Amino acid sequence: MRNSFDPAAARERCRRYRRRILDISQQVSALHIGSAYSCTEIVDTIYHGLMDRSRDTFLMSKGHGCMIQYVILEELGILSRADLDAYCTPGGRLGVHPDYGNPGIEGSTGSLGHGLSMVVGMALAERGRKTGGTIYTVLSDGEVQEGSTWEATMMATSLGLPNIVAFIDNNDFQSLGRTSETHPSFYPVVDKYRAFGWECVEVPGHDAEAIFNAVASRGGTKPLMVVAKTTKGKGVSYMENVPIWHYRSPSKDEYARAVQELEAAR
Amino acid sequence: MRNTFSEALYEAATQNPDVYIVVADISPAGSMAKFSQQYPERFINVGVAEQSMIGICAGLALKGCQPFAYTIATFSLYRPFEMVRDDLCYQNLPVTVVGMGAGVIYSTLGGTHHTQEDIAIAGALPNMQILAPCDPPECTEATRWCATQRNGPVYLRIGKAGEPVLTKDAEPWVFGKLRYLRRGKDVCILSYGVITKMAVEVANRLEAQGRSVSVVSCHTVKPLDRAGIADALRSHKQVIVIEEHAPQGGLAPQTKQIAWDIRATCRLDTFTLQDAFIHNYGSHDDLLAAHGLEPGKILRTIGAEG
Repeated sequence: MRNSFDPAAARERCRRYRRRILDISQQVSALHIGSAYSCTEIVDTIYHGLMDRSRDTFLMSKGHGCMIQYVILEELGILSRADLDAYCTPGGRLGVHPDYGNPGIEGSTGSLGHGLSMVVGMALAERGRKTGGTIYTVLSDGEVQEGSTWEATMMATSLGLPNIVAFIDNNDFQSLGRTSETHPSFYPVVDKYRAFGWECVEVPGHDAEAIFNAVASRGGTKPLMVVAKTTKGKGVSYMENVPIWHYRSPSKDEYARAVQELEAAR
Repeated sequence: MRNTFSEALYEAATQNPDVYIVVADISPAGSMAKFSQQYPERFINVGVAEQSMIGICAGLALKGCQPFAYTIATFSLYRPFEMVRDDLCYQNLPVTVVGMGAGVIYSTLGGTHHTQEDIAIAGALPNMQILAPCDPPECTEATRWCATQRNGPVYLRIGKAGEPVLTKDAEPWVFGKLRYLRRGKDVCILSYGVITKMAVEVANRLEAQGRSVSVVSCHTVKPLDRAGIADALRSHKQVIVIEEHAPQGGLAPQTKQIAWDIRATCRLDTFTLQDAFIHNYGSHDDLLAAHGLEPGKILRTIGAEG
């Protein structure tokens, strides 16, 4: 983790990432654009503020949001421009969900509810080898409905693994509607994680500085869950909180409008 | 067999600090107490949480460790099936999923604890390897191999307790190769796992009737030694498959397929569990007999004295 975090630089990076994702959207018919925009600031903060990449690991548990990871890895030079240009093409190596074996991808995800258990295993291995490595992950709020996520939630504290920093991208949407309407009794989530022995805080999920500070000020004796209140499709007004943008790619006209909005945010 | 598994695993863990065992509220006896006392940080009990058992093993393996997942076979393979498929097979990680008490060993516990379809299910998964030792020494060989291999995931199908030693005079164990426990000229009995004991009994009774009989442990069920089976089909007048598994997807249909492919001319009889849940609450042998797996019946079916 760095000692300081420059929020202005983070804003510019996130604008740039959203624009790059938008451009790639014109190559394919679908790419989970709303899901990637929802967690843009979270994943950016992990890579540029929190992670020591020589030691720490990031696993994208909500695999469908991986476009944001791909564009960050491209900027870091871990994936190439050619890799992203060949996204979802027969000759390419990047698909809609991240595959282990590709540069910078530490585990295959896509089916929800798998990531947190793998994170627990990784954290155990780091502890066993005394590397000091921390495992970062991002879960979707729909994913937290999976029973397997709660098995892993229980294991992280039962095994005493403070080297886990997890985020819930709490945009309140899943495929068929709002998560809070599907499972009203599930909220607030913060209480649930605290009840399982985690340190848990809630942050505005598009405020990179708040995300950074929430992790920087953690106690460090328990695994940390950051419940990030986010907006699905954040950054392009017509996508925000509109479920169809979970998956769809914009048309040419929609693309032009989105470019205008993102450029105006400079 | 579970005791010899735990002894071999303890030995492997002593040699390699990356060997872990993740159990789901079921622990092998024997040396496992020694393992958990000596290496508590590498003995993980997830409780009744099999999905996380597999996911945690995947996470350990993604960091270069050599983990084993262990519980009763139904719960190690069926309950967390998607984790086995996605986390282990799709990522091709060297994790051993131990299915203890596979087949209908847990006879009186009912269908929830019977593993009749595991070879078909595990065998359908790309990258998955399947080992099914026939006796405790073969279980030791298989466990040692699992503890050092880096090919990918393994489903290690083992028995429970009290299995007799069948491999005293057998050829050496080699991954991926048939292992002759004895060599004869007339009849060849192919089997794997705990029910190989029945194959030996059938062989003994055939020999008492003047037949010369081979008994083969097909311990590596995937990748199956197709060339070895083809050779057995060519070199014997009669081949018999005995397996404690459903009729679909196990050794019996694969042997028939190989026989067809090579235009085998030998007589081929296969004996499997039925495609049925049988509500019988007797011993393991009673339940096998209810499925039609009984030495006398097998002998009569193949035209010998029962």
